[in-house]
Parts: sequence; C-alpha cells; structure tokens
Amino acid sequence: MLSGILIFNQKGENLIFRAFRSDCRPRLADIFRIQVISNPQVRSPILTLGSTTFSHVKHENIYLVAVTKSNANAALVFEFLYRLIMLGKSYFGKFDEEAVKNNFVLIYELLDEILDFGYPQNTDPDTLKMYITTEGVKSAIANSPTDSSRITQQATGALSWRRSDIKYRKNEAFVDVIEDVNLLMSATGTVLRADVNGQIVMRAYLTGTPECKFGLNDRLLLDTGETSSNMNNPGGGNGLGTSKTTRAAAGSVTLEDCQFHQCVKLGRFDADRIISFVPPDGEFELMRYRATENVNLPFKVHPIVREIGTTKVEYSVAIKANYSSKLFATNVVIRIPTPLNTAKTTERTSQGRAKYEPEQNNIVWKIARFSGQSEYVLNAEATLTSMTHQKAWSRPPLSLSFSLLMFTSSGLLVRYLKVFEKGNYSSVKWVRYMTRAGSYEIRF
Amino acid sequence: MAMNKIRGAFAVPRKGETFELRAGLVSQYAYERKESIQKTIMAMTLGKDVSALFPDVLKNIATSDLEQKKLVYLYLMNYAKSHPDLCILAVNTFVQDSEDPNPLVRALAIRTMGCIRVDKIVDYMEEPLRKTLRDESPYVRKTAAICVAKLFDLNPTMAIENGFLEMLQEMIGDPNPMVVANSVTALQEIHSTAPETKALQITGNTLRKMLMALNECTEWGRVTVLSTLAEYKTSDVKESEHICERVAPQFQHVNAGVVLAAVKAVFLHMKNVSPELSKTYLKKMAPPLVTLVSSAPEVQYVALRNIDLLLQKEPDILNKELRVFFCKYNDPQYVKFQKLEIMVRIANDRNVDQLLAELKEYALEVDMDFVRRAVRAIGQVAIKIESASERCVNTLLDLINTKVNYVVQEAIVVIKDIFRKYPGYEGIIPTLCQCIDELDEPNARAAIIWIVGEYAEKISNAGDILGGFVDGFNEEFSSTQLQILTSVVKLFLKRPEKAQGLVQRVLQAATSENDNPDVRDRAYIYWRLLSNTSDSNATKNIVLSDKPPIVTTIHSLPPALLDQLLSELSTLSSVYHKPPEQFVGHGRFGADAVMRAAIEEQIQNARENPLAAAAATAGGTAAPAQGQNNVENLLDIDFDGGAPASAQTEPSAGMSGLEGLAGTPVRVASPAAGTTGQASNNLDDLLGVFGDSGASQPSPSGGSADLMNGFSGLDLSGNAGPSQNNQSKKSNDDILSLF
Repeated sequence: MLSGILIFNQKGENLIFRAFRSDCRPRLADIFRIQVISNPQVRSPILTLGSTTFSHVKHENIYLVAVTKSNANAALVFEFLYRLIMLGKSYFGKFDEEAVKNNFVLIYELLDEILDFGYPQNTDPDTLKMYITTEGVKSAIANSPTDSSRITQQATGALSWRRSDIKYRKNEAFVDVIEDVNLLMSATGTVLRADVNGQIVMRAYLTGTPECKFGLNDRLLLDTGETSSNMNNPGGGNGLGTSKTTRAAAGSVTLEDCQFHQCVKLGRFDADRIISFVPPDGEFELMRYRATENVNLPFKVHPIVREIGTTKVEYSVAIKANYSSKLFATNVVIRIPTPLNTAKTTERTSQGRAKYEPEQNNIVWKIARFSGQSEYVLNAEATLTSMTHQKAWSRPPLSLSFSLLMFTSSGLLVRYLKVFEKGNYSSVKWVRYMTRAGSYEIRF
Repeated sequence: MAMNKIRGAFAVPRKGETFELRAGLVSQYAYERKESIQKTIMAMTLGKDVSALFPDVLKNIATSDLEQKKLVYLYLMNYAKSHPDLCILAVNTFVQDSEDPNPLVRALAIRTMGCIRVDKIVDYMEEPLRKTLRDESPYVRKTAAICVAKLFDLNPTMAIENGFLEMLQEMIGDPNPMVVANSVTALQEIHSTAPETKALQITGNTLRKMLMALNECTEWGRVTVLSTLAEYKTSDVKESEHICERVAPQFQHVNAGVVLAAVKAVFLHMKNVSPELSKTYLKKMAPPLVTLVSSAPEVQYVALRNIDLLLQKEPDILNKELRVFFCKYNDPQYVKFQKLEIMVRIANDRNVDQLLAELKEYALEVDMDFVRRAVRAIGQVAIKIESASERCVNTLLDLINTKVNYVVQEAIVVIKDIFRKYPGYEGIIPTLCQCIDELDEPNARAAIIWIVGEYAEKISNAGDILGGFVDGFNEEFSSTQLQILTSVVKLFLKRPEKAQGLVQRVLQAATSENDNPDVRDRAYIYWRLLSNTSDSNATKNIVLSDKPPIVTTIHSLPPALLDQLLSELSTLSSVYHKPPEQFVGHGRFGADAVMRAAIEEQIQNARENPLAAAAATAGGTAAPAQGQNNVENLLDIDFDGGAPASAQTEPSAGMSGLEGLAGTPVRVASPAAGTTGQASNNLDDLLGVFGDSGASQPSPSGGSADLMNGFSGLDLSGNAGPSQNNQSKKSNDDILSLF
C-alpha cells in the first residue's frame, strides 16, 4: 500500500518524512520537489515516475504527498490524505506550515498510529484524541494500563466511535441541516444545472449508548406510506416545530443519493430506508445527501453586461430575493468579473457596498443583510486601458455567496429524531436549517 | 560502542549542533533528554544525518514515558541500518515491552520491531510475535497481524516455518472486526507478493466472516474486505447474489474509497446473476457514482476516470445525469478534460441540445487546450448522433465565425471528420475556404486540403487553392505534404484539364527536392499509377474509390484491456487506463528485479537495430513518460536500501554504473499501448494512399514529429540528473542524424 507520507511547504522544503516501507527512500523527497513543486506544468494530482507514484493534495500552504510503489487504490489514497487534513484541523485548528512545524512530533505520533506498514488504521479523531494528545498532562491516561486497555478496546471495537461511559446531566442533541445550493445559469437566463449538496451535522450530548432513529421527509419513505403517524410527532423538544418557515413543508423531497457516517447501519437503510445509529459523542457529520428536483433558488440575478468598443464595459446587475419576507440572508457577496485590463471602475448600488478588487479582477458587491422579496440593483462601469494584444475577454461567470437561515433549497425537513436508551431519559432536540451558496454561478 | 565514543571524543569538535544534541541526550535531567530527542528527530526530517547520535539516543529507550518511547522508536526505525550491531541493545527493551501490562506499549513494541529491518532483530521476533498474535487485547492482535506481513517481507521462510500464516488464517474468524480486516490485509499482501504460498484462500466459511466484519470494521478495513471480495471467484449464482446483496448497502458510505470498492465488487459479481437483478444493481450504482463527482477535485478525478471505464462497458448507466458533468469555471483542468470525455460518452439524442449549448460555451473560453477539446467534442457528438449532426455543423460554423484562430483550426479538423461520415454538407465549403489563410497548424491545413481534394469537382477554384499550397510545398510539414500530394492527384483525376501542370510540379517537388522517405514513396506510387496507360480507369478506381464512412471518433479501449481494467477499478491502473505491469515493478518489493529487467531490455534494444528501437518508442504516446522512467530509475538506483544512511550524502553514488545504459534511448513502449496505436496507424497508412489521411491519428510521418516530441520530453525530464541529461541528448543526436 502506501510506502510513505511526505509533507512539504510551498518552497519545497520537506517538513515531514515518514517512510512506512523500505522502498521509500529519502531521495524521493528531492524527486517530488523537482518534478512537481518546481515544475509549473504538472497539473495532474497523480504522477508516476518509474515505478514510484506520487499522489498529492495541496492544502493551505502545504503539499501532502503519498508515495506508493504498487498499483495502489487511488481513491483510498486521496481519501486518506483528506482525512489527514481533517485530523490536522481537528488537532491544531488550522493545518498549515506553521502548525506542521510546531507540532511535528505529534504528527509523527499520529502517522505512526493511523498507518501501519502503509495500511490505514483507525483515523477517527475522537478516538485518537483519547490517547494521542497535545498536552502532556492528558497523555498520562494512556500510561495507566487499565485506562489504556479500555481505550484500545474502543479503538478496535464495533462501536469504535463511542465510549461507553458517557454521562450528561442534561441530554441534548442539536441537528444542523446545511445545504449548499449549486446553480449554473446560462446567459439567456435558463437554468442549466441546479442541485443541492446537503449535510446533516449533529452534536449529540447524550448519556450512555443511545440508539437513535432519524426521519426526514424523504419521498421514497413517505411513498411507502410507512409512518404517517410520525408527522405530528416530532420526537419531543421545542426546536422541531419550525417547519412552517421552510417552504416545501407540505411536500416531500426526493433524495438522489445519501451517504452516511460510519455509525449508521447501512443494511437497515438499504432495506427499509430507516436511518438508525448509535451516535459518536459530540459533533459529527451524520449524513450527506444530494437533491436535484424542485430546487428553490433563493436568489435570482439578472446581469446585463455591455462591452462598448474596446474601452468600456457597462454593468447593470439586478438581484432579487426569492424567499419569504420573514427571512433574511446574511453576508451576501456578489462577484462581478471585469476584464483583465480594467483601469478603473465606478459603481452605484441601491443597497450594500461595491468595491473593485484589481487582484481578483472583480467588482465585489457586499450586502450584509438581505431581507426576503426585496430587490437591489448595481450599476457600474469599467474603463479599460488599451492593449497592444487585444485578446477576447473570457467573461467568467458572475458568482454569488450567501448564507440563509431557516431555509432549505431542497425543501428537506427533519421529521423526527428519536432516542432510545436503557436509562429511558428524556432528551431535548434542536434543529436548525441553513442554506449556503455552493457554486452559484450566472453566465452573462 | 566504545570505539564510537572514542571517535566522537577525538573527531567531533566540542561544539556545533551534534555536540549539543549529544550533551542533551545524556543529560541527567529527563526533560532535557526528551527535548534533545525531539530536536534530533527534527534534524532527521530536515535531511541532516544524525546517525552519529545512535548510541546516545538508544540509551533513552527504556522509559516509562510513552511519547518519548515513540520518538526513540521512530529514530531507531530510520537509522537501524546504519548501526546494525547496536540494534541488538534494543532487543531486550522490545521483548520486555511486548509483555508490558499496557496494551498500547505491547502494540507499539511489536509494530516497531517489524519495521527495524536488521537480521539480528528479526531473529528475536518469533516469540513476541507469537504471543502478541494471541494477545487478549484486540488492539495488539490487529497490530501483530500486520506485523506478520512485515516479517514475511523480511524473511519469508521464517514466517512460513513458524506457522504464522496459519495463525493469520485462523484470525479471519476473530470476533473483533478490525482484527479480521487487518488479517485479511496481511494475507492479501503476502498472497500478492508470493502467490505460491496460497496465503489467502477464501472458503464459504471465511466469506461469511468477512461479510460479517464488513459492516462493523473501519472504512479502511472495508476497502480491503471489499477488494478481496471482488477478487473472489464464486462457486455458484447464489453466492454471487449473496455477495451483491450484502455489498450494495456500502454504496451509501461517505468514503469514496469504500464506494468505489463496493462498485467494483458488485460490478464484477453482477456478471453471474440474472440480467434483471444486475440491471437493478446498475441502477443503484448510478447515484453514488454521481455523488462522487461533487467530492474533492483529486477524488473526483479518480472517480471520473473510473466512470469513464464503467461507461465503456455499460454505456447507459448515467443516461440522465448529463448536467452533473457540466464543468464549473473553477474546476481544475484535469477534471474538466475528463468531464468533457464523459459528457460525449453519455450524449444521446435527448440531451444533445443541452450538451451542444454547453460545449459551445466552453469553446468561447480562453484556456486554449480546453477550447480545442470542446470543439473536438462537438465533432464527436456529430459523428455519434446522426440526428444531431446538422445542429453540430451549425454550431461549428458559428464558432468559425468567431475568427478566433485556434478555434477555427480545430473546427476545420473536426468538420473534415464529419464529411467522412455524412454526405450533403458540401454547402459549407466556401465558408471553410475563406479561412485558409489563417490556418497555420499542419493538422488544420491537411484537413482543408483533404476537403478541397475530395470535393474538387464542386469547388470551382480548387486548382488555384491547391496551386497556392504547391508553391510552398517544401515549407510544409510532412503530414501536410502528403495531403497536398493526394489532393492534387485527385483533382487531376477529376478535372485533368485544370491540373496537368500542377500535378507535374508537385510530383517533381516531392520526389526530387524532398528528403522525407514517406513523401517520396507516396509520390512515386502516384507517379507510377498515373503513368499506367494500359487501363486508364485503374488509377481512378484506386485513388477515387469509395471509402467506408468512419464509425466513431471517440476513443475507446480494446475489450480485453477494458475487462482487465474493470477488475482494477479505483486503483492507479484504472486512473491511467493502463494495466499495472506498465508502471509497477514485478513483485511489490522486487525493485532489483525491475532494474535487472530494465537493463536486459536495454541491452536487447541495443543489439537490435537502434533505429527500430527508437521508432518503437514513438509508437505509443507514452514516450515522454517512459523517458522519465529512466530518469527516475537512475535517481533511485539504490532502492534496495543497502547503503548505510551516512553514504547517502554522496552525490549520485550509483550513477556511474548506469551511464552506459542511458546511451540506448528509452524502453520500448509496452505492447498493449503499442498495438492499438500501431494498428490504427497502419490503417491510416493504407487509407492515406487512397487519398485520405487518418481522422485524428497521426499519419505515418506525423509519427516522426511525435518521435521528436518524445525526445524533447526526455530532454526536459532529464534535468533531474545532469549526467543522464547529457547522455540522452547524445542519443537524441544519434537518432536524428540517422534520419
């Protein structure tokens, strides 16, 4: 499998070099530096030289490289590298050159634990944090035999993601439904592509080993007519009665595909579409899903862009909020591309602030608070310098970013979350919905 | 050790980093020692040689501080080879640790022991390994399981004689899922390095155990189990059905590795189940595959390459998913290219309008490479879907009207292919002819010349157009020259009165002033044909004969290779679309064997006609990659790792032995890539004689241009090792002079 893991900074300095097999020679670091980091033409993330394959991922200002000498599983290699990034973020907050330099001992320790002879082992951050810790104090736990045998039980067990002795005075579970809505609109205003990538993040503070069941307004499930009685039983707790704020409350949603955290019993979902699981303690991503039908687009954008001769471009961009007037979006940012040879711009807006950012070749229009059903307009003009090589402007699409609470583009709703535990305690559950812009692009 | 101390006292100055580290390592204070160990590891990472500190670091091995122990072990793993004798001092600690009450310590000891590749240590491994394999803690057992694979790598006979393989096989029945997964992993590794051991034999019983573990073990374990399941040959239909049924839920896993491994397992076992059932599985497979397209770009790339393979086998699985593959503006280039190919594959008469609009949009972007591919894709769609051909041609005409140079050129090449499939688009020829002056690439020029020759009877000024090309005949690229020859002859046969002089001029230029053998040969053939007076129709029958229409311009893999690649889904091989033998050495650690094979191959090449050997490299597009191959082999010459760490500082120690090797250019492109390229080349060659140069394949003398490209690639890659660079340059010159 993997022969080694290397981490480089942008200059090509080798920050971490961990060989797992004897065929990973120190010299490979130089080869990677020469062939990839200092070679601007390399575009593929996979490069095979001779019988050595380098698979790399760039994150912040570091390169993470996996070296393999065999016909390795490429998907696994990249998933592993991304998992390493995730682990780094979870340990150090930010996983960049500085973090690597400051924590290299810990990183070696982590690598030793999550890879053995090049085969990935347990990479669950919560479990790892029990016996590989940043503070010297905590690691004392791992030194006492009784504790560590418990830890190792858990690290390898069927419920490797949860300790058995968790106790909370107040049992709570928070569910966040976060949707990234992707849009690609053509210059003529037709929707070329609109879909939603959603994720459901849960923070569980529950005692013992609770068995949870989770219900959505999933069309496939509702169509089977299985549990209509659950409609009015949101599982107790006051946070779940918020369905009226989302638009498709009455309807159901077709989920194209779902992916689950490893705690979810996939067999049960496959058989009768019931999401049943024993949650890890604390925050985790319960599921991801994709929806492509009946996507509610929160914003409609009408850009009119005219190139006047070779010296001027006129913009008139109208944006309308398409959601209920009770809601409001925050941090709405519209990026309007300008030609590369823009000398200066003038902007007028009916709301918010617009600024020209020369390094990005964008006019950035920011609206901090955008209430539902309102419409704002920007008029701008970009003056161009004349160039000897008049190259056509590629007109990159206009892009949007925003976040909008209590709204789901797909219309997805959490119908219930039930917690079953031996202790039979009551628990409080909260649900929050949010829609963000994924890649929200409008051509003009 | 005493020697070392004495040498240390005399040779090493009493200052500097090494001295400070050493002082810290033997300090009486624990925290100072730990800090020094950390600094030593830091220096090690930066590539400094700190192997001289070996004895001092080793003194710190017996500690109760787990973190410090790990650091010492890390150091030990790196430098054990440089001090094999001293390693023996560590053995005691390892053996003791492997009986420590703390399972973390036991696992750490056995894990590290397997990584110290020194014979002496291996001798002491037997007992601890046997004990830990039967340890009460699953954490220790799963670590020991992998250690068996490490031992097998170091000393196969010892692993077999002590019965460790049998112990592993028993461990597939372990109650702990992770132990099962690691045992399978270890057995799989042993099995693939040494198939004769028959380490991994799946029976009905082990199959059941693995399916049980599948739902419980970590995601990485699942990948192993799933790929083992995929390779398993089922005995009856029932078993295949059972495997598919149990594996299919894994499509919903969040890890792309698991999803692809599950797809692979189901796809391979699906062949045995009833067609209806396999259809439902194909349907189930589609959404997870599409979801992979929204993952991180690198994972996306792997997924897209695999989807490409799946589509070649099952063209209909993603019929309705065209929009998902639309390129985002910020997608990396490698993702965009792959998406384009997939879009063309799933195009059908229902989604073609959408696709064309999208492709047209791409063709107006600025990234030249991407634009060209988009234009090419339009042509592929036109040839694939007959009903859409008219719309495609109109789109292409729109693009030609943009007058963007590279768009026009690519569009002309594409339109030529469309002419080869569909009659009835002659009306657009005048538009095409207007752009003749803007064309400067050989491909595009050849394409327009072919069009003029093919429709010479309908183009009134065909003579003038071709006359212009004949005037500059000797400045053209050879692929264009071939096309000029053919087209002039066609014109002459169709309208002899117009081209009498022209044909003589061009034949003269091609035979007496040209030094390309391909061009000369073709000219001579035409000359003979034309001077044949006995049957005046013979020439016409040959040159103007009806050509079979082309079927497709979409690249697809030969079926045998495709099947092989489908059994390699999600591996590197599936990303490269090449069988693993082409880029992996035989035997996982047989780097020496690879070198030996390479040397033999080189000698073989040298013995044969050197020109032939060089030409063969041009056959496959892999030529530049193969060039890099050698560079790396040279750099990586001491793969066996026998040299002590201190020797590595000498620059390119192993270079001298191999310089002779680089004299022969590059390894012959392997047969699989060669045959496909070659076959179509030959076909083009034939067609070429009959007045037709290949669609998208390089014509024969285009091959020589390829060859040069190949060498320029070699040149570039050569800058890694200066002496090698010179060598390859020299061989370049040799070959060029041969022409």
